Amino acid sequence: MSSKELNRRDFIKLTSAVTGGIMAAGLGIPIVGYLIDPALREDKAGKPVVVGNINDMTEIGKPYPFSFTITKVNGWERTASSYGGFIIRKSDDPKDLAVLSSRCTHLSCRVNWHEESKAFQCPCHDAKFDADGKVLDGPPPEPLGRFEFEVAEDGAITIIPVEVKEG
Amino acid sequence: MQSTLWQKIYAWLDERLGLDNMYTGLLDRPEPLGNWWNTLGSASLFLFLLQGATGIFLTVYYTPSPDHAYDSIQYIMNDVAFGWLVRGIHHWGASFMVMVVFIHMLRVFITGSYKYPRELTWLIGVGLLLMTLGMGFTGYLLPWHQMAYWATTVATQIAGSVPFLGEFILKALRGGPDLSALTLQRFFAAHIWMLPAALAALIGAHLYLIIKHGESAYPDKED
Ligand code: HEM
Ligand code: FES
Repeated sequence: MSSKELNRRDFIKLTSAVTGGIMAAGLGIPIVGYLIDPALREDKAGKPVVVGNINDMTEIGKPYPFSFTITKVNGWERTASSYGGFIIRKSDDPKDLAVLSSRCTHLSCRVNWHEESKAFQCPCHDAKFDADGKVLDGPPPEPLGRFEFEVAEDGAITIIPVEVKEG
Repeated sequence: MQSTLWQKIYAWLDERLGLDNMYTGLLDRPEPLGNWWNTLGSASLFLFLLQGATGIFLTVYYTPSPDHAYDSIQYIMNDVAFGWLVRGIHHWGASFMVMVVFIHMLRVFITGSYKYPRELTWLIGVGLLLMTLGMGFTGYLLPWHQMAYWATTVATQIAGSVPFLGEFILKALRGGPDLSALTLQRFFAAHIWMLPAALAALIGAHLYLIIKHGESAYPDKED
């Protein structure tokens, strides 16, 4: 075809391609957003939770266990998950505490305090952490996580339920 | 003439797949002089594919359980990006498809295109209409809201008024004497697997016959 004018056949091909392309893009781009939507949501930090009272924790150096549940809304469903940790008084000062998470930093099993060995032990792959959360033995790559906390006038301990890394 | 890389790739594929033959056989067919009414079959096909695509995407979030069906649709509508669009197209497309399929059938009737040798094309078309209605019927229950619940109660009740077999039909549709989780689940299975599969197969046969016989010419004054 040498003439510059469009013949009927090519005109129809062109308009079909253009409208088809617009429709495909008009549907295709929103669909990508639709599919990846949950991946783009931010994890909201939970509200602060009260996990104990300092006046009940008299012994220095002894880990007092606590646990709490957080309800998360995933789509149309609410799931309550429980989390736990330990509060350890480092001195007489009621604000001198370590608030450790009980989630093993290897693969997330729950650690327990063993009085005989003075260590947190993980039942899954035999890891040991000391009373301050440092790794003593086993596969975990880093110390136990911590929670930021506040101690109120009446001794109530409130934490922000997001683990923070040591350091 | 030097052929480009694309031309070489195309020639390689064509030699093995017969693309040129497919093109002339499927698309480059002689057509009688028609008008816009002749495009309604293709429009039905397009709507079927659109419903298929949007329906598949709806199942990413929709849950066919009495506890979650309604909430999952609320979630699609209010929280998921473009969920309103995907569901909107599926929802309105459903009614539109029934309409387009029906008008397509009317035009085939009015132009007398159901006559020899196209009786089977017509018969398959009747199946296509019924299945499209079946898609609407089963899909309507899925949001599991009051309207859906009672519409299905009534419709299955009507099916249950057939003499002798009525009670059996009612129980088979509902998966028991009452509307329950079983009803929702079997309507869902019919809506996304059985009916679409049957529709796709019938559409294939319909199209095969259309290509085989070519499109009918408009009746002229002699007819
Ligand atoms: C392969 C094809 C299809 C799939 C996978 C599919 C899937 C779905 C799903 C998951 C729903 C529930 C979400 C909702 O209610 O909005 C739904 C609803 C619905 N579908 Fe389909 N669908 C298909 C084709 C069709 C066709 C061809 C029709 C109609 C002729 C249809 C009619 C309906 C109707 C009426 C609803 C209820 C819509 C509403 O009330 O929101 N569907 N479909
Ligand atoms: S999960 Fe704790 S040691 Fe592996």
